[in-house]
Amino acid sequence: MSTFLIRYGEIALKGANQGFFLETLRRNVLAAVDDLGPAQATQAFGRIIVSVDAEPDAVEPRIRKVFGVVSFSPVRVAAPEPVAITDAVVAVAGSALQAHPSIETFKVDVRRADKRYPDPSMDTASRLGAEIRRTYPHLRARMKQPDLLVRVDIRAQAFVSSHTVAGPGGLPTGTGGRALALMSGGFDSPVAAWLAARRGLTVAAAHFHSFPFTSERAREKAVDLCRVLAGFTGGLDLWVVPFTEIQRAVQQHVAEPMRVIVLRRMMMRTADVLAARLHAHALITGESLGQVASQTVESIAAINAATTLPVLRPLIGWDKTEIIAKAQVLDTYEISARPYPDCCSLFVPAHPRTQPSLAEAADAEADLHVTELALDAAARAEKTRIDRTVAVVG
Amino acid sequence: MYAGRGTIRTEMATLIYLDNAATTRPHPSVVDAMAYALTEAFGNPSSLHGVGIAAERVVTAAREAVAASLGVAPAEIVFTSGGTEANNLAVVGAARAARGPAPSEATRRRHLVVSAIEHASVRTPARELTADGFEVTELPVDAEGRISAADLAGALRPETAVVSIMAVNNEIGTVQPLQDLAGVMRAHRAAGGRAVLHVDAVQAWGKIPLQPARLGIDLLSISGHKVHGPKGIGALYVRRGVRLAALQRGGDQEHALRPGTENVPGIAGLGAAARLILADGHAAAAEVAGLVHRLRDQLRRIDDIRVNTPQTGAAPHILNVSFPGARGETLLHRLEMDGIYVSTGSACHAHRPEPSHVLVAIGRSPDEAMSSLRFSLSRFTTEAEIEAAASAVAAAVADLRALAR
Repeated sequence: MSTFLIRYGEIALKGANQGFFLETLRRNVLAAVDDLGPAQATQAFGRIIVSVDAEPDAVEPRIRKVFGVVSFSPVRVAAPEPVAITDAVVAVAGSALQAHPSIETFKVDVRRADKRYPDPSMDTASRLGAEIRRTYPHLRARMKQPDLLVRVDIRAQAFVSSHTVAGPGGLPTGTGGRALALMSGGFDSPVAAWLAARRGLTVAAAHFHSFPFTSERAREKAVDLCRVLAGFTGGLDLWVVPFTEIQRAVQQHVAEPMRVIVLRRMMMRTADVLAARLHAHALITGESLGQVASQTVESIAAINAATTLPVLRPLIGWDKTEIIAKAQVLDTYEISARPYPDCCSLFVPAHPRTQPSLAEAADAEADLHVTELALDAAARAEKTRIDRTVAVVG
Repeated sequence: MYAGRGTIRTEMATLIYLDNAATTRPHPSVVDAMAYALTEAFGNPSSLHGVGIAAERVVTAAREAVAASLGVAPAEIVFTSGGTEANNLAVVGAARAARGPAPSEATRRRHLVVSAIEHASVRTPARELTADGFEVTELPVDAEGRISAADLAGALRPETAVVSIMAVNNEIGTVQPLQDLAGVMRAHRAAGGRAVLHVDAVQAWGKIPLQPARLGIDLLSISGHKVHGPKGIGALYVRRGVRLAALQRGGDQEHALRPGTENVPGIAGLGAAARLILADGHAAAAEVAGLVHRLRDQLRRIDDIRVNTPQTGAAPHILNVSFPGARGETLLHRLEMDGIYVSTGSACHAHRPEPSHVLVAIGRSPDEAMSSLRFSLSRFTTEAEIEAAASAVAAAVADLRALAR
């Protein structure tokens, strides 16, 4: 059995609907761990306590991915009375020493949220410190930068911990409405989707698939990227949108320099139709200002005009190096780095138009049945449910 | 639904597999031989008891079959994990053996000769040997991908340790004039040279006659899965008396050249594949050659194509063709929609086209190289499949060329 004390930041600032946010977070935490073993999660005194019948090492990586968690600590739970707390403190120090034999200095930090507990905190701390030294005489107490900091949090129960792990922050998934992320397979789109999802959105993904102009492996990239996201959100729907007919039509009927802009506009139109079907209120893209020809502010204006939905662009001010660094942290980098071209990298004209006006874009697609093409592609989109758990091969 | 098993389009009515130079479908007799090795003869060939002896018998029988298919002695066959390991063992093992122990600087032989179109499993170890002080001479090829005997003669030196030449090129199918090259090697030895000749025969085994002993080839690599055997198994022919340094250390299996418990199921499968070659390899190859000839004729009807496989002196199973104006990778996927599976001549990455080093070596332009497809047939290929494939290719090329305009 392992127990964790979870801290949330921003949610505490919420007003009347704080209860909704907390309850969603509690349920998300529970859902993130309950396949590991019987689990329960409760909230009290500004914390969430989760207990799982599983090893802490298995539970920790799960909680680390729950949006809304600011930080958390594996804790030992004791009854709020001196003997039990002392035993817990000595045990926590013991396991910290086992994991890090080089520890030489320590400090005990006591907080009493429950002031009914008799001892003033400082007295309790020095008494507990003396107990640690009696059991481990080679340790020295040190107030500043100790090797080991044992925290004792006395509430309805006492929670004793020796280390704190950072969570992803943000808001609990499911508290922020729905949005549809355009997922190409490159570096940017998964990072953008992650950032948007971290604000509590329920994210679905759309991947535009242009077989035979792209390979099946491009689609697998999108699936694998969504699996990484599912580790944070608990699961998501990936919509694979057949885009071959639109690619062909654009190739045949649109002048070369305008093809990328028109393709992007067609993606927006198709995503717009799909979003309506999914009751999604926004689109999410990985656009970053000035990164490529289609990401000048003029191009973005022309592309944006193809949808009436708000387009969230969490990476708009990011540099490529920052995006790559984030992708490495999120573990999407290796997947995005696979060499299979997605449908954006094929048919790239030698000299794409970088500052198209909206009128130019409309003119360029005059020979396309844009609405019919978008409706048709969205209608034929296929949904795959991507779960957090690793798919079983077979 | 995605289940991690990949996306072989099983719902497709047809599956015309023309990528046999990449790998082949295992023959039922291979599957049977492996099943026996896995279920009955599962012992360790080194064990003293009966279960071990049963496994040893499997290995011995396979060794005899492989040796017979090459006309060599069973003791000259070393089983490896495949063609790549056989090539590494040959090139690096022979180079290290020739370098000899210090101190006699004069007896050290630190020169290698390879062709410009060798497989990566020869080129890369050869290149890495330069870090050990070896010098590598790369022999050029002509417009058909062939090495000249004169070039080899010019490259050989008294201190040459290893010459490595592939029998059949894996991309375009060109057969090297092994007889002429072996003649040059004989002259080199007559003049006091001591270089060993290694032949990468991975694409040649079972396709063209190979008589390493008669030609004076010292080392020859083969692989199981190119000839309807299993993956993960191959062999190196090591002519008696040729010195090799092992690349890994352990027990004394395979004359200590390849220590480790034998891959008995793989070896059983390789033996079964060798028996297929012995039984009717020549006839099967002739039949495949007829089909390739037919495919070539059919594809010639498409405008503006370039056949990269030579008309004569090519392996029976490979046909490499460029379709300028259509991208090889897109063509491949377009054919996949019709249930036809081929290979591109050149790998292509998003913004980083990498034309094949072989097609570049025979003088193809980047556009020709990037638009090439390799069709490779097997004994399972039928005439109807070739007809269907040829018309599908014509339609796909027309379609993509129209789009590219």
